[in-house]
Amino acid sequence: MTDQAYNFAYLDEQTKRMIRRAILKGVAIPGYQVPFASREMPMPYGWGTGGVQVSAAVLTPDDTLKVIDQGADDTTNAVSIRSFFERTAGVATTTATRAATVIQTRHRIPEEPLTEGQILVYQVPIPEPLRFLEPRESETRKMHSLEEYGLMHVKLYEDISRHGHIATSYAYPVKVEGRYVMDPSPIPKFDNPKLSGTPAIQLFGAGREQRIYALPPYTQAVSLDFDDHPFTPSKADHPCGLCAATESYLDEVITDDQGGRMFVCSDTDYCTARQAAGHKGKDAA
Amino acid sequence: MTPLLSVQGITKHYGAHIGCADVSFDLYPGEVMGIVGESGSGKSTLLNCMAGHLAPDAGRVVFDTRKPSEGDAADHENHGPRDTVTMSEPERRMLSRTDWAFVHQHARDGLRMGVSAGGNVGERLMAVGARNYASIRDQATDWLGRVEIDAGRIDDRPTTFSGGMQQRLQIARNLVTGPRLVFMDEPTGGLDVSVQARLLDLLRGLVRDMGLSAIIVTHDLAVVRLLADRIMVMKSGRVVESGLTDQVLDDPQHAYSQLLVSSVLQV
Amino acid sequence: MITLTDVSKTFTLHNQGSAVIAVIDKANLTVAPGECVALTGASGAGKSTLMRMIYGNYLTQSGSIRIGDVDLVQAQPRDVIALRRAKLGYVSQFLRVVPRVPTLDVVAEPLRVLGIPAPAAQDRARALLTQLNIPQRLWGLSPTTFSGGEQQRVNIARGFAHPYPALLLDEPTASLDPHNREIVLSLIADAKARGAAIIGIFHDAEARDRLCDREIDVGAFTPQAVA
Repeated sequence: MTDQAYNFAYLDEQTKRMIRRAILKGVAIPGYQVPFASREMPMPYGWGTGGVQVSAAVLTPDDTLKVIDQGADDTTNAVSIRSFFERTAGVATTTATRAATVIQTRHRIPEEPLTEGQILVYQVPIPEPLRFLEPRESETRKMHSLEEYGLMHVKLYEDISRHGHIATSYAYPVKVEGRYVMDPSPIPKFDNPKLSGTPAIQLFGAGREQRIYALPPYTQAVSLDFDDHPFTPSKADHPCGLCAATESYLDEVITDDQGGRMFVCSDTDYCTARQAAGHKGKDAA
Repeated sequence: MTPLLSVQGITKHYGAHIGCADVSFDLYPGEVMGIVGESGSGKSTLLNCMAGHLAPDAGRVVFDTRKPSEGDAADHENHGPRDTVTMSEPERRMLSRTDWAFVHQHARDGLRMGVSAGGNVGERLMAVGARNYASIRDQATDWLGRVEIDAGRIDDRPTTFSGGMQQRLQIARNLVTGPRLVFMDEPTGGLDVSVQARLLDLLRGLVRDMGLSAIIVTHDLAVVRLLADRIMVMKSGRVVESGLTDQVLDDPQHAYSQLLVSSVLQV
Repeated sequence: MITLTDVSKTFTLHNQGSAVIAVIDKANLTVAPGECVALTGASGAGKSTLMRMIYGNYLTQSGSIRIGDVDLVQAQPRDVIALRRAKLGYVSQFLRVVPRVPTLDVVAEPLRVLGIPAPAAQDRARALLTQLNIPQRLWGLSPTTFSGGEQQRVNIARGFAHPYPALLLDEPTASLDPHNREIVLSLIADAKARGAAIIGIFHDAEARDRLCDREIDVGAFTPQAVA
């Protein structure tokens, strides 16, 4: 039931218009961080305030919303955001990737390939990929505008010199259409190839940092690397304990105090669907 | 012969106060020029105007830019002497990480303290497009050797280095892309005397072997005597005397130069 | 090779009531290749001053000082430096070097700045150091720690590393023992024999008589007002 005390999707129409303008600018300049006037939301920073504002601005009453947190539909963050929009927008919700028109995500891209017409909204904690090497915002903006990205490779160089390989395993930077270097939010680098050439629209919202950026459909996003240390998407080298999938990103679950553990798909919808289709892993009940 | 750098009428005011006024000189390839004067004489302002860190109120800083190599996508008409003050910012920044180098007085201003020695040296290489880890690392190792830093320290952060080592690392980081002009701001300031001597010897060798041109700002007359071919003496933002280093130091003509030279404590 | 025409020099002491002291007035002097000329005169007559002017170390107010085809009085600093590197050598009484640099490199440096590769330059330096009896164990050390006589010999080795067509020598045999003095005198004689134009200040009268073709009394150039 929609709570009639709120405007549709919580935000007032002027704010949604302002956010849509930022989104349109982001879509027009793929990978470019557009500043926007982020609002206070009824949840703390770090809980997806940026993603929620972007979702609120793109939702229509006809949409079907899916919310995931690290791939799961049933964790606190996902459940509370889903119920937030059920209450303030009255939109239909789903856990099925293919049934959703808008998917808000924290730190994952669904395993099932996205399609045209879908919108994937990322929650972004720190949008600036250069931040940890160059703390001055004035300088990082200049570096973006002048395409001075040598520093990104310094970060990867440091990884290799310390660990023998590129140890960055999430929030792995990509170069968008040969122009802007972008932080894809803390998705595992396993998901990086899925950023590129996707038929869906990908929108990124950082509430605390007040930035929105976007990848329009079929946009190229190349993970940075060295000639002699090429980018490799990686995952735990196991099949899923529940559905036996070998191609999906896995979470490690500790099962007891004796060192027992199992690997299961992080994408709960994908895993459930496979189990329903009869796939069975070694740990399945 | 075309000067590598031709400074013409550089003037910079800070409100009503003069930073530097109407400074002109030509620097030829392979020349090392010292700029001396007491604190507040305008020498650092001048250096920062030349290096593009400050916009001068008037004047030109004409640099003889390199001819693009054969098949380079760069504009083949756009080389030779160019005014870097009016040049676009991307071009100037590109210049400052290829043909120019800037050695700061405090190594921490010129280094990334949170990045390893190898990463510090490799940054300029990566900035101009190097994408092969092994070759970047080889060049970093080679440069650490040239500035007498043990190759075993390549993965250590500069925070673990002594002041002299940090300064040498800063020099390696700057020279790795083979610049033609190096700006130095009190490069030996803050270092103790024995470390200074080692650094001076290193700089002399590098300048000679790489055919570098350099502009060194310092208040230390012993440093300019050893490093610079010629000097300019500045006072209150103006050049009061210039000429061959040993001639200006041994036979100063201007009252202020005479005072400056006679003020040096004898050891 | 070296030609001085109407050369004059004054010092203005701005910090001592702007006193103007004239030291050299209308000096004329010519030294041909293969000729050695001694500057003589009482102490304070201006021998060292004149020599420093010929090296470009002191500024000359008027006249011309030609070394080959370059007029030092008019030349740009970079031309003076090029001249000093290739053509005009100067052995002063004092060694002035960067601390910490090994003796071998100090002696080889004049060749290195001319672009001669390190091995060849060091070979030449080794030969000179051997000739001048600097023990091999000292070659790797900085000459700043050496005795006065050793420093003087390192200074001479450095000054003779490159065969300059013009050479200025300020008391080259001072503080040397008789044996090393002979070696230095033979080095000078060799330079003369290969055609170098040499101007020297020798307090050592016997050396002066042996090497020099002429003596010039600098007292003749001393301005009358002072004399």
